[in-house]
Amino acid sequence: MATYFVRRILIAIPTLVAISFVIFALLALAPGDPMAQFATNPEVPPAVREQLRASLGLDQPMPVRYVKWLFALAQGDLGWSFAARMPVVEFLAQRLPQTLAVVGVAYLVSIIIAVPVGVFTAARPKSWLSHIVSVVSMAGISLPTFLSGTILLLIFSVLLRDSPFQLPMIYDTQLKVKDFASLLQQFRQSLMPIIVLALFNAGAMTRFVRSAMLENLPLDYVRTARAKGLTEGVVILKHTLRNSLIPVVTLVAVGAPAVFAGAIITEQIFRVNGIGELLITSIQRSDTPVVMAIVFIFAVLVVLSSLIADVCYGLLDPRIKLS
Amino acid sequence: MSKNRIPILMTVSVATSVMLAACAPAAPPPAAPAATVAPAAPAATAAPAATAVPAAPAGKRGSGGTLKILYWQAPTILNSYLASGTKDFDAARLIQEPLAAVDPDGNIVPVLATEVPTEANGGFTKDKMSITWKIKPGVKWHDGTDFTADDLKFSYDYCIDKATGCVNIGRFTPIDKFEVINPLTIKLTFKQPNAYPWQAFVGSNGYVLQKKQFANCIGDKASKDADCQKANNAPIGTGPFKLRDFKSGDVVTYDFNPNYHVADKPFFKEVIFKGGGDAPSAARAVFQTGDTDYGWNLQVEAKILADLQTGGKGTLRTSVGPNVERIMYQPTDISPEAGDKRGELGTQHPFFSDVNVRKAFSIVIDKKVMSESLYGPAGDPTCELITWAPYISADKLFGGRNDCTKPDFDTAGKLLDDAGWKKGADGIREKGGKKMHVIFNTSVNALRQKEQALMKDAWTKLGVDVELKATDAGVYFGAGPSSNDNIAKFFVDIQMYTNGAGVPDATVYMCGFASEFVAQKANSWGGENNLRYQSKDYDALCSAMKAEQDPAKAKDLALKMNDLLVAKDYAIAPLIARKNVSGMAKDLKGINMSAWDSEMWNIADWSR
Repeated sequence: MATYFVRRILIAIPTLVAISFVIFALLALAPGDPMAQFATNPEVPPAVREQLRASLGLDQPMPVRYVKWLFALAQGDLGWSFAARMPVVEFLAQRLPQTLAVVGVAYLVSIIIAVPVGVFTAARPKSWLSHIVSVVSMAGISLPTFLSGTILLLIFSVLLRDSPFQLPMIYDTQLKVKDFASLLQQFRQSLMPIIVLALFNAGAMTRFVRSAMLENLPLDYVRTARAKGLTEGVVILKHTLRNSLIPVVTLVAVGAPAVFAGAIITEQIFRVNGIGELLITSIQRSDTPVVMAIVFIFAVLVVLSSLIADVCYGLLDPRIKLS
Repeated sequence: MSKNRIPILMTVSVATSVMLAACAPAAPPPAAPAATVAPAAPAATAAPAATAVPAAPAGKRGSGGTLKILYWQAPTILNSYLASGTKDFDAARLIQEPLAAVDPDGNIVPVLATEVPTEANGGFTKDKMSITWKIKPGVKWHDGTDFTADDLKFSYDYCIDKATGCVNIGRFTPIDKFEVINPLTIKLTFKQPNAYPWQAFVGSNGYVLQKKQFANCIGDKASKDADCQKANNAPIGTGPFKLRDFKSGDVVTYDFNPNYHVADKPFFKEVIFKGGGDAPSAARAVFQTGDTDYGWNLQVEAKILADLQTGGKGTLRTSVGPNVERIMYQPTDISPEAGDKRGELGTQHPFFSDVNVRKAFSIVIDKKVMSESLYGPAGDPTCELITWAPYISADKLFGGRNDCTKPDFDTAGKLLDDAGWKKGADGIREKGGKKMHVIFNTSVNALRQKEQALMKDAWTKLGVDVELKATDAGVYFGAGPSSNDNIAKFFVDIQMYTNGAGVPDATVYMCGFASEFVAQKANSWGGENNLRYQSKDYDALCSAMKAEQDPAKAKDLALKMNDLLVAKDYAIAPLIARKNVSGMAKDLKGINMSAWDSEMWNIADWSR
């Protein structure tokens, strides 16, 4: 088991380096400029903009910049942000709490909804509830978050304004939950983004759980279990569900790093200003060190989570041996 | 091990799609290219008004509760010398101050100075070579230490070092000698006579840094040293508010400064300066839901803005400034076949090298319709490039000295016919087998794309084959060497954007179109004159204006240059005089937006 772990991690290193190179090259080739905001500002003439770019190290050729970045990374240094002039790590640390509080919670909520609902609709495919679920989950998948988010904002912030049901348009990232009142406020301000994201995630996940269950239900071992006279509950939950969980675990594990990357659009709509918002604004202002850090950490997390998923297979299905 | 490959492939594809999304037109339109940073009073006005005393405070210092400000672009740094946009200058303004601010009329108003130096009070020498600033005594930094001339000298040293990467360096380069006469007096001597000396330490490009805090941050260390990085995001100032907490790119919170150097100010106890989202939803938050008290730069299409304003919670405020949305015509050969000569002086554009063709294009644009349907309160149609008093009064912008009020297709058609560009069988004009085809580029922005469509309609009617193009703002206004789509290279036939003078004196701005500043490959496309405008008459007017001592004559020269550009040579077609547009809660008082300074310049006077 230990050697398996070590081998997998060693294999991952060249992959990560390759990924980092591709992203760095893409960023360097992309025609952006961190000083773009000053292009039409007569107070910052072109010569000064050139100086500013040089002070950011952007006058050096791309391969030199990449090697410097890689060496710094090897020493655990992700560099400093062009826009904030502070270490990228601190920048990310400022953003992570609200991303976890919104995107992370939404992910958990969607798992908590998707598994039981998926199991139920597979077990009772003809019930009216199953029909409703399939409509809602389809809507969840197909409604883009910028649309569902805007609709929620229009209803709960604009139409219901000055009523007890009004929800804030602006997410307060400085709110500290310390008593019931602040907990309630946190609930109110994160309700809309969580609904948007949970609807989106749970839609896909429910359908995934359901189809995994439907694949297993007609199989011989299920029939055997029923023939043994086990109750329907035991057949579904103990036998079918456990076997159906393998693809679901893959989905959940591979999707989990996305929590770190945040939700670009939803975070922008509700001004949650988490990592997703940081990623997109950093891309827009060509803040290379920040983009590199987010994408690279994301890549590491994806590699790690796929490793964790593989370990989980062994626990769920003893026939799978890790070697 | 195919199972291992899948997640890795997914990572790459996710990353790639993120990058592709970045290259494709991005969603939020960075509407107004930041140009609202500026100082002082026009040389053409008499002289800076000495002390414009602002509104009386509405109560005891710090008695006003919380003020919520919303910027759809979030501040990312609070050291304005390393800023990357208007948002940073504005967020820093609550903490740090300049010696003098610039009010909406372009007058200079003392802040940390006792008075504005003028020739009349002897602070500005008759030979225009030096200026002496006297500092208000008794001003304290937030940490309780004294504010002195050493801090000014330090700020100059900090910024003038090229390795610091200071964006305000242009304000300091004219200074030849910086003398600290005594702890409360500095004397600046210029390299050459300077008719407009109120630049260093004036307005949003002139906040003073505390020497004690930044002493070890000059040069390379400004951005790289850990202590300096901390200082950049937690500056100590003299301003009405002290920093409580800053989350970069998200939110700044401030507490009022109990020792502020103006009695009984500021009114508000705390300020929350939140960033993020987009302009339309910021407008919603201020006009409809009341989630915020102040919404910055609400560049939203006129119809939507009018609709949102019915919300009842807020009102719209505008400030008139120098910013003009304009199109410019390509004078050189920019076809890819030109190779190394692409965009170089000495080559000729197939038709825009002919002034009559440029004129024909200019006189068919319906600026009135464009302004009313798209800009509404955020802009007025203009036929002039210089749009501000005292050069031109607001009512003379359209149909005043230069007339361009009505689209004139008959004249335009005749001009093109006479120039040899006759309509072919397909309705497209041609000459010598060459079709009249133009590529028209601008930044990705809903408003701009609609402006483009309006102009395309007009030119199509004229018999021109128009191809519209839109480039992501980060690329269009950027200077990435790999890109050909930026405004500096100008490798299209027509391009459109907004800019304007940085100071109320037009000399530097108008002389930016002089031949010597042309953007060429040789200077890495780094000249102000990206229009590649070449005119001996214009250059002569510029030299004359620089040397002119009489404000009235200088004003005349500036207007002559304006006329040459827009009405004689038709090198530029001004379209819309754009205003700064912000929304504020109905009960907010004391706001006095200045296009020549930060919108936050008088926040100490704000009250409820």
